[in-house]
Amino acid sequence: MELLVASAIGVLTAAGVYLILRLRTFPVIIGTSLVSYAVNVFLFASGRLALNAPPILRDGVEVYTDPLPQALVLTAIVISFGMTAVVVMIAVGSYLSAGDDLVNDPDTLAGTKNAEPSQRGGGKA
Amino acid sequence: MSLFLIIALPFLGALLPGLMYQAGRQSCFLVTFLVTACAAIGLATHAPAVLAGEVVTASLTWLPQLGLNVNLFLDPLGFMFAGLILGIGMLIILYARFYLSRDDNMGAFFTYLLLFQGAMVGIVLSDNILMLLIFWELTSLSSFLLIGFWKHLPEGRQGARMALTVTGMGGLAMIGGMLLLGQIVGSYDLTVILENRDLIQASPLYIPALILILLGCFTKSAQFPFHFWLPHAMAAPTPVSAYLHSATMVKAGLFLMARMWPVLSGTEIWIVLVCSAGLITMVLGALIAIFKNDLKALLAFSTVSHLGLITFLLGTGTSFGAMAAVFHILNHASFKAALFMSAGIVDHAVHTRDMTRLGGLRRLMPITFAIATLAALSMAGIPLLNGFLSKEMMLEEALRTTLFGSPYLVAAVATLGALFSAAYSFRFIAHTFFGKVRNDYPAKPHDPEFGLWISPALLIIPVIVIGVAPFLAEPFVRTVTQAVIGSAAEMPSEHIKLWHGFVPALGMSAIAVVGGLILLAAWNPLARLWAATPRPEAKDIFDRIIAGAVGLASLVSERLHNGSFTRYAAIFVTAVVAIGAHAWFTGTDGAPTREMLPITPVGFAGWLMLMIATGFLVTVHRNRLAVLILMGIIGLMVSVGFNYFSAPDLALTQISVEVVTIVLLLLALNFMPNSTPKESTVLHRSRDIVVSVVAGLAAAGLIYSILMSNFPIASIADYHLANSYKGGGGTNVVNVILVDFRGFDTFGEIIVLGIAALVIYALTEALLSGPVRARLLNRGYEEKRAGDAHPMMMVVLTRVLMPVVLLVGVYIFLRGHNEPGGGFVAGLIVAIAVVMQYMASGFAWADNRQRYPYHGIIGAGVLCAGVTGIGAWFAGAPFLSSAFGYFRIPPMEKFELATAMGFDLGVFLAVVGAVMLSLESFSRLGRRAGIEESEHAMDIDPSRDEPKTETET
Repeated sequence: MELLVASAIGVLTAAGVYLILRLRTFPVIIGTSLVSYAVNVFLFASGRLALNAPPILRDGVEVYTDPLPQALVLTAIVISFGMTAVVVMIAVGSYLSAGDDLVNDPDTLAGTKNAEPSQRGGGKA
Repeated sequence: MSLFLIIALPFLGALLPGLMYQAGRQSCFLVTFLVTACAAIGLATHAPAVLAGEVVTASLTWLPQLGLNVNLFLDPLGFMFAGLILGIGMLIILYARFYLSRDDNMGAFFTYLLLFQGAMVGIVLSDNILMLLIFWELTSLSSFLLIGFWKHLPEGRQGARMALTVTGMGGLAMIGGMLLLGQIVGSYDLTVILENRDLIQASPLYIPALILILLGCFTKSAQFPFHFWLPHAMAAPTPVSAYLHSATMVKAGLFLMARMWPVLSGTEIWIVLVCSAGLITMVLGALIAIFKNDLKALLAFSTVSHLGLITFLLGTGTSFGAMAAVFHILNHASFKAALFMSAGIVDHAVHTRDMTRLGGLRRLMPITFAIATLAALSMAGIPLLNGFLSKEMMLEEALRTTLFGSPYLVAAVATLGALFSAAYSFRFIAHTFFGKVRNDYPAKPHDPEFGLWISPALLIIPVIVIGVAPFLAEPFVRTVTQAVIGSAAEMPSEHIKLWHGFVPALGMSAIAVVGGLILLAAWNPLARLWAATPRPEAKDIFDRIIAGAVGLASLVSERLHNGSFTRYAAIFVTAVVAIGAHAWFTGTDGAPTREMLPITPVGFAGWLMLMIATGFLVTVHRNRLAVLILMGIIGLMVSVGFNYFSAPDLALTQISVEVVTIVLLLLALNFMPNSTPKESTVLHRSRDIVVSVVAGLAAAGLIYSILMSNFPIASIADYHLANSYKGGGGTNVVNVILVDFRGFDTFGEIIVLGIAALVIYALTEALLSGPVRARLLNRGYEEKRAGDAHPMMMVVLTRVLMPVVLLVGVYIFLRGHNEPGGGFVAGLIVAIAVVMQYMASGFAWADNRQRYPYHGIIGAGVLCAGVTGIGAWFAGAPFLSSAFGYFRIPPMEKFELATAMGFDLGVFLAVVGAVMLSLESFSRLGRRAGIEESEHAMDIDPSRDEPKTETET
């Protein structure tokens, strides 16, 4: 099973990083979400894998999995939602005000840092 | 008064001038003055003990493992400096009250001044050298604010920047030196370090430590070749110049050399470095000062020269030199502060400091004339004034010092320095006050109001008293000298006397005075000669070095930061992988110590689905709606996986977050294009594939290695498992960790979540108040819209489901302490229940029924959690300790009540509020976008059959 979990983390990371390296905001957000999955599973798995040993105390049960990574990941999941929400809002705001959803700034990329900012598109309407 | 309070007073007091600013200049001045006076009185209460030779200490253990203790001590040396800082500080504050004009922000000025004062007092009272370093840097920062106080003047800004660059750089060097010193001795306590002279001087690290510390001292005290910043700092308001350059900032370097004297001085390298730097600075500063026309520039270079003199005295390494240095520090502080203030008075009255436009002020400004003349004569070394006494001691010491094998070199250089010094002092008097009365002064000269001249007048009193009756000052000087030299040398047998008989030093003094008068007489031809001589301009060199550094920095940053964030991300990922790989290949990692769990069919099936969904996602990522569906599958598989590997709480959280996230992304997609265009080149994509595959392999390899090995050290899991029920009263260990063991973390996390939601809200507000609003209103739709925006089936179903979902939420919340569930999950479930209404029945309908603002719910949640935590205080337990008990109300089963529940309720509320505020913000964007709303959610609007773009165009 360890192999499966490790490869799943690897694939999620690779897919996430690839999408983060795209040029539009939406895939970047999706990429960050994928990386968040990978990171959360990674942290969770650092408590080592165990089947049928949830950290819920029961009489007569002796084997429990490590509860600490679970607690940490639980809050991490909720916080990643907060982060995604902020980033999504920024992406929507930048699309609505700039008229495009490019990640990179075309003005600075062209090497004309001090030049007048070029008139970016005025929206789709 | 506790030493802590003496340091804290200026820092705390720094808040007051800003607050009192509205109450007027007078109150602003009064609070500043009173704060300083309180600190000074506090210091004075220690005077009897300190002067009797005791050392007053105060200490607070902070991080003993790192040697970080807040230790303070007050010995005679610290007492003298603290006295100068606070005493002259009071006079400066009084002077500044009358000096600053109505246009100057007095509140800001006095705030900076008090910050600076506190930092200075901190330096001289610190026992721990790390703490001393912090105060040292604080003086650099606060002096930057003071020097650049007149922000509108380019010279002020440049001078402040230069001072900060030079002293800050020296400060960095000194940090290195101090750390080395601490390394040698094994302690960062000054008192311990001062007892280890032999250990330090025998260490191979002695020379690097010495050089680094001296760099710090020389930059701060403007010693050659770092002297150039001081004259440029003269762009500051005159009170600042008088304060920084007479008694405080520039004396900090001297203080540290005096402080470290017992352990660092006396070696050959010390004598060579410190004596030569001091002598060069003394002569060079004095020479330049003669030809400066600006009164303050003349005084600035004379300060440089006098600092050189004191540095030289400390550099000789003899106890007599140390005594002369202590004495001259005291004398210089008094006459130089008075001189700066007089220069300020002249500037204030005549509106110029240029000596070529001054002269003849003797009768027009008699009080200023008297003060300035006495102070300048003292600086020139005229008998019956205090400057004469210490200068005579300096010459005596110069006679005894042999440098570079020559016994006469030092004496000759010192006499030359004294001669130049006399020359510029005489010129200061002659070219300002003597000569013909002119009729072209920029303003009518007059003596200033009492408040302006009282401060320098008070400073003249010690100048005369000590000068006439040196025996009054001698006991104090000897006590301080004893503190400087410690046990490293014998106290000098000489006494401070006015008349020693016809000794060589007297002859040298006479030569200096006569020579000074001759130079003054021959000033005009000499000045022409000086103007014709080419000289390197320090500021140009400095500017060129800075420009070079900036050029180099922008060369590097422009190559790395070209505006492509994608590229930064790629560089970042590669760098992380490279560093990880380095750690991996250089570290030690043994063979696997765990057996692999057998692969089960269920596990394999889940893995396969995850792989397929991820693969599809990457290939079809341009179709954004499809991406969301695939994201849903991935999230579902991750939560199933959590459940499979014994983490039911995570599974519950993940699946509810998944729902909320997808809703959020759907809302966002409403405002964004539906597909991603194909833009990047094949080369670009291949690079990205390589980077991402490498990153994926690295992550997989790392976690595989972790998974296959046991914990290198025992996990703290056992503690949590053992104490969860006993101490926390719950059987769900994860929940107990969240609300009890690590409750403080959780508390922080709900606050972060709340802040994130508020940020989203604020961003929406900002967007809606800008041009985006109009754009949203005029926005068309790319596709035909459905006629029934709120399908009846969905509306009915969600309304029926609402109470059921809420019940589930309550159930999940209540069972949380003992079974999977808890505040986080319950919060998400309730949020989903509400979001369903928004989706099905429309924003307006849902909004109208939403009675409590979501900000309020977040606030209530944080408050609830906080109050529960504070409740523990009343039981005498630390913040967030929980208590629990078991109750039974017939006919119900026995149940448990824990205070942790109150905390969990807070978590619940904060999560509901944060999630709803985020989603609602998007819905507000939607409402502005002109999506029609009707009170009856199920109304059908036939006009929506047509795409809006067509109807408008």
